[in-house]
Amino acid sequence: MSVALANDCGGCATGCNTAQLTRLGIKSDGFDYIIALAGNPNTGKSTIFNKLTGLHQHVGNWAGKTVARAEGAFNLNNKKFKIVDLPGTYSLLSTSVDEEIARDFVLFGKPDVTIVVADATRLERNLNLVLQILEITDRVVVAVNLMDEAKRNDLTVDERALSRDLGVPVIPMTARRGEGVNELLNAVEKVAGGGYAARPHRIKYSDEKIENAVQTLAKQLNETFENLPNARWVALRLLEGDESIIRAVREQTLGNLKQSRGFPQLVQLEV
Amino acid sequence: MTLNLLPTGRSATITKIHSKNAERRRMFDLGILPGTRIENVMPSPLGDPIAYRVRSSVVALRTEQAELIEIEETLELK
Amino acid sequence: MRLALVADSEAYPRFVGERDAPRTAGETLALRSLNKMTKAENILEQAKSFRSEIGGDLHDKLTEAVYTDASAIAARAVSNENQTNNFHLDQTLDRILTSRLYGFPLMILMLTVVLWLTIAGANVPSAMLGEFLQGTVFNALHSLANALSAPWWLSGFLIDGVYLATAWVISVMLPPMAIFFPLFTLLEDLGYLPRVAFNLDRLFKRAGAHGKQSLSMMMGYGCNAAGVVSTRIIDSPRERLIAIITNNFSICNGRFPTMILVGTIFIGATAPPALASFIAASSVAAVAILGIVFTLLVSAFLSKTLLKGEASSFTLELPPYRPPQIWQTLYRSIIDRTLIVLKRAVWMAAPAGAVIWLISNIFIGGESVASHLIAFLNPFGLLIGLNGVILLAYVVAIPANEIVVPTILMLTLNLAKSTLAQNGVMSGLEDDVQIREILTGIGGWTLLTGINLMLFSLLHNPCSTTIWTIWKETKSLKWTAVSTLLPVILGILVCFTTATFVRLFGLI
Repeated sequence: MSVALANDCGGCATGCNTAQLTRLGIKSDGFDYIIALAGNPNTGKSTIFNKLTGLHQHVGNWAGKTVARAEGAFNLNNKKFKIVDLPGTYSLLSTSVDEEIARDFVLFGKPDVTIVVADATRLERNLNLVLQILEITDRVVVAVNLMDEAKRNDLTVDERALSRDLGVPVIPMTARRGEGVNELLNAVEKVAGGGYAARPHRIKYSDEKIENAVQTLAKQLNETFENLPNARWVALRLLEGDESIIRAVREQTLGNLKQSRGFPQLVQLEV
Repeated sequence: MTLNLLPTGRSATITKIHSKNAERRRMFDLGILPGTRIENVMPSPLGDPIAYRVRSSVVALRTEQAELIEIEETLELK
Repeated sequence: MRLALVADSEAYPRFVGERDAPRTAGETLALRSLNKMTKAENILEQAKSFRSEIGGDLHDKLTEAVYTDASAIAARAVSNENQTNNFHLDQTLDRILTSRLYGFPLMILMLTVVLWLTIAGANVPSAMLGEFLQGTVFNALHSLANALSAPWWLSGFLIDGVYLATAWVISVMLPPMAIFFPLFTLLEDLGYLPRVAFNLDRLFKRAGAHGKQSLSMMMGYGCNAAGVVSTRIIDSPRERLIAIITNNFSICNGRFPTMILVGTIFIGATAPPALASFIAASSVAAVAILGIVFTLLVSAFLSKTLLKGEASSFTLELPPYRPPQIWQTLYRSIIDRTLIVLKRAVWMAAPAGAVIWLISNIFIGGESVASHLIAFLNPFGLLIGLNGVILLAYVVAIPANEIVVPTILMLTLNLAKSTLAQNGVMSGLEDDVQIREILTGIGGWTLLTGINLMLFSLLHNPCSTTIWTIWKETKSLKWTAVSTLLPVILGILVCFTTATFVRLFGLI
């Protein structure tokens, strides 16, 4: 599949100009695949982004460093990949701005692959986000980063068991030393090209009432909004009373992002 | 008892979270939910906030938030 | 007519369904949109009734379900072979860096050491750069101009104005920045900043400010404009405004060189040579800490008056310490930070140099425009322990704080031009001793002027880039004005108080 991005910057008011895009290594010709890079804060997401794109985005060791998205691009086997570095978030279900940005992109930006970066030393908390993303899409590659830190703390991570449980590729990495980058690229290419049969882990909701409600709502959502990426997920948010999703349904902005495949704004925090 | 009263170096299990709305969700995001083990790692120099270890990460909470988290002290087997 | 109807029908959907005539494409679209709207409302209604059926704690249940699975999966995948106590090193470091006893002293010590390394390390390269740029190159350019028999106003404008200001900015700024930035970045990469936020949080809470304000404050040490943008991490608009208004109290890299120079030549010089750079560093650290005090006081004042409210809840993760990547840090901080900031400074310095030369060389009634302006500003300047040259320099330097020192020196020298510049003194300003002599001898500076310049450098309006950023972030004329004027008013008050105090007790 090929998506033409003649002018990704079309909707920009200010602050986003060609000079900035060039600096970020973004060429505005067609991309074959779009990759989203998600993960908890402080997992080395930006390091992986830099390794993949050859850019030098500053990596600060504190939560909230990247307030908005950064974008970059790389070529692999004659295919052009655009990669979007989402703000580091613990979850996709709270209410803060960065979480909404990340969630909207994973859900409505319909990336061909979402790389979820997880911290090997805090896997349990990181899996919370991985599982949430698996609820939205099965085109996921999990990068378990900071394997050196894990080793330093006598932790071993069995990536095959993890991959079996999650149903998607899991790549152990020490990104700052470049370890695992090639493996990650291979996995991304495979998933992007449809060469990986994912069996994503899905949360089971034992309550029958919930399941019925989800099914009813999802059916209606699918009828009303064409090409909704994941109606079940939206239905669950409606059942939870998620204000931003309720607003999106009411104003019919749900899924509006998918045409542009991206946000116009491009802000980077650099000092 | 509530989390703010947990002495430094001691662990407990969370039994109930009284925080509401966004704050409640934030706690859950950080892995702080009923049934979770939590340890008081250290207070800040002025006593508030306090850093807690939960699910292998260290998170600082202000007293106002720790007060809303009910805990039950667990016996440490060392 | 049809068009109008379609347009109407979108605003008042009830018109559409009433017509029996065949529908145009536009009308079908409008009808579909109406349909979709009612359907959407239906879905929301249904969701609402399901919600009351299921109960309000669905989010809790879902999150618990996710975490139950996450725990199980993590338990299967991760093993701790030696059953050792994990994160031992992190804990030990944290217990020291955030301890009741050492937490604050270590913060102050670290700030002082960073500044001391900057001052001590920048001394020699600064002098060498100065000698080269303001000496060798400056003279060569003048010889070249003479050889080409360029008119005096052209060589003056280009060499004594544009070039000299640019050269000044480079020799004053480049060495300290090339040392300060890598050091600051190393601390940042190590994970120290969240610990600072952890240590200071109690104070920010007392001030009614958001805990993350200490992080945006620290970003401000790099650049206030970036600091203002970084306040986006604060969700509450009230606390974000406080963070924006007070960000200016973080001394940005454009102001550090001014402080370092003044601290070195006025305060460091009073100490024995062996201690000079340490005393200079301490004086700069003291002003930086005073900046934090002002941040807290002004935040407290704002949250009790204009921006009333309680501090909102706050969680902060203390990430594990990470060994910094030294070479990458060096590369990043020199290429990304230092050169970018220097480029901006040079861009601002060149036109400022032109302005300085012009106001110094355009005469009205026998005196240059600069002399008129300085004479006009001087009484007020002296009243608050500064002088007219400094105040004029701060007006010229509104686009960039970086050019304050060059502007002050060029204005001072231009004032005394008749006697000195012709003898080549202007090109001979290569080291701190000469600068000190010029400022005290020609400018009439005292220790009080030096101290007050450091204070005023902390407390004055943000640079134009920051003001513009504040406007873009707040979209409010009122808050942009408050952010701009409040620090200047404070600066004038503080300088006046210091000057009065010193004069009253004859301290200096």
